[in-house]
Amino acid sequence: MTGTAVYLYAVTRGPGRPVPEGLTGVSGTPVHTVEQAGLAAVVSSVPLAEYGADALRDNLEDLVWLEQTARAHHAVVVAVAQVAATAPVRLTTIFHDGCRVAGLLDDRGDQIRQALARVAGHAEWGVKVYGDSRRPSPEPEPITAGGPGTAYLRQRNRQRRGAEQAARQLAADAGRIHDTLAARATAVHPHRPQDPRLSGHSGVMLSNTAYLVADRERVGFTAAAEQLGAAVTGVEVEVTGPWPAYSFATLQDP
Amino acid sequence: MTDPSLPWARSPASLAGQAPSASLADLLDRILDKGIVVVGDIKVNLLDIELLTIQIRLLVASVDRAREMGIDWWEHDPSLSSRVRRAVPADDHALDGDRLLEENRRLRTQVAELQQTPGHARKQVGEEGPS
Repeated sequence: MTGTAVYLYAVTRGPGRPVPEGLTGVSGTPVHTVEQAGLAAVVSSVPLAEYGADALRDNLEDLVWLEQTARAHHAVVVAVAQVAATAPVRLTTIFHDGCRVAGLLDDRGDQIRQALARVAGHAEWGVKVYGDSRRPSPEPEPITAGGPGTAYLRQRNRQRRGAEQAARQLAADAGRIHDTLAARATAVHPHRPQDPRLSGHSGVMLSNTAYLVADRERVGFTAAAEQLGAAVTGVEVEVTGPWPAYSFATLQDP
Repeated sequence: MTDPSLPWARSPASLAGQAPSASLADLLDRILDKGIVVVGDIKVNLLDIELLTIQIRLLVASVDRAREMGIDWWEHDPSLSSRVRRAVPADDHALDGDRLLEENRRLRTQVAELQQTPGHARKQVGEEGPS
């Protein structure tokens, strides 16, 4: 298959928001903008041989290709978000040509402007709260009455109650951490906790949350997250960011 | 994955101090599920992507890390690797939809099995050995 299509990374306000010089996107293609309706779509021309429907379906299942494409997409969004309020677009959103992209800016312009207004002056921060699975279990109960069988059952019961109590305590701790951080954020979006094999962390991921934080709150937010991680025993707080506002630049229904 | 000669491997100019390399899982959480979702002209079956992300969430921290751990199942699983799929005789186009549905069903079953608690007794299928 020959020919090209137009790959859309993000939308920002235009005109006059040039993308950084020499910026390249997926498959090393040069990034430019399509301007329409006071908005600028950040795009690059990509080969249909790699991004046509059939090729794309195969490629998305190739983890190496997926990671390369995801990181290239992200790099463009980050570069643009450094100079202007940016609404990232979902991975592999592809149009036949620039006219179709301009049509999108015309049709959905109001919603895109609303999304841009929401994220302007903000960044997204990811916070994962882990429960330490090695939190100490309660002391074994001394044997006072009954035979060894009774003592065994009593100890099992006690261990079970202890584990339930520990789980409840961890959930309460995670909730308290979330409340404290949410008070400093403009908006909150929960992500699914990741499997331990994914997170590479020995603890259980209790929560995985994105916070939209105003730039002026940034220092306070990250300091609060750090303090909470240190102050609450048995939990670990991991902060990632700043991210472009991926989780918050969503379009409301028309 | 870190060959600096490849354009995608260059770490992005940091967004005011962002860590140079976000974890793939964190990144996919955001760019597959979030952001502006509009229908482009070139459409991909979203169900396929959803299944893919579930598999990734379950099993892979990153391609590098997975390889370090010796996990390379996607290299051999026809439902996950186009390389293996191409080696399979091409299906009739009319059967392609059926094949996808079957593939999705099979993947769902696999995911459900993976999510079951350890020690869950699986129904024995096939002949019973001599007692």
